Amino acid sequence: MERVPILKIGRTLFVSIQIDLQDESVLRLQEDLADELAKTGARGVIIDITSVEIVDSFIGRMLTMIGSISRLFDAETVLVGMRPAVAITLTELGLSLRGVRTALNADKGLEMLNGRA
Amino acid sequence: MDELPIQSGDDVVRVRQRVRVLAAECGLSLVDQTKVVTAASELARNALVHGGGGLARVEVVRSGNGKSGVRIGFSDEGPGIPDLDLALTDGWTSGDGLGLGLSGARRLVDEFELTSKAGGGTSVVVVKWSR
Repeated sequence: MERVPILKIGRTLFVSIQIDLQDESVLRLQEDLADELAKTGARGVIIDITSVEIVDSFIGRMLTMIGSISRLFDAETVLVGMRPAVAITLTELGLSLRGVRTALNADKGLEMLNGRA
Repeated sequence: MDELPIQSGDDVVRVRQRVRVLAAECGLSLVDQTKVVTAASELARNALVHGGGGLARVEVVRSGNGKSGVRIGFSDEGPGIPDLDLALTDGWTSGDGLGLGLSGARRLVDEFELTSKAGGGTSVVVVKWSR
């Protein structure tokens, strides 16, 4: 199983998903992120999915859960870089990713987090 | 026709990758490729999680009016689905998921055929045509 690395820059954790996600890798990412949030006290998480070709119902549910888990650590999650074809497919699939904030790219995601009081 | 085993999370990824290659080969748009790969991911996971593993058969097909498409058949020898209508309802789930896998996959493809009986395994055949 491949693992997704987590980088801490300032008070933000950055995750850029560059692999073809299998379920175990997403579950592992969820655990690793919870550990990092507890350890570092980071206030924000940016998940970059620019390279992600599909988000199915399992991956979508895991992303929503990562958002909920982060909130328990007083951190906000922003999903950035979703491909247009992925957005269309997610909507048709019936997934709304409720509770997860999205931004066009990492720059805008960071602005969103920094604008937080 | 390619036959791919579905016995692990890695196998699900391999099925997705194979479907992506064939969908691109037969000229599906990027959005349609993404839809059929997403549907394949849902159905392969179902075969793995609910069917205890199975098989995917992936091939390029041609219609009478000259269109090409990608057809994927999934089969497993699992416990089967007792109530097909219920299983295809949005939000209904046998586990802790969102209940969008089967119903969502059906919306993402052009043809969808589900056969199953309690105790007798499940088979799903889907086709996505080029426009």
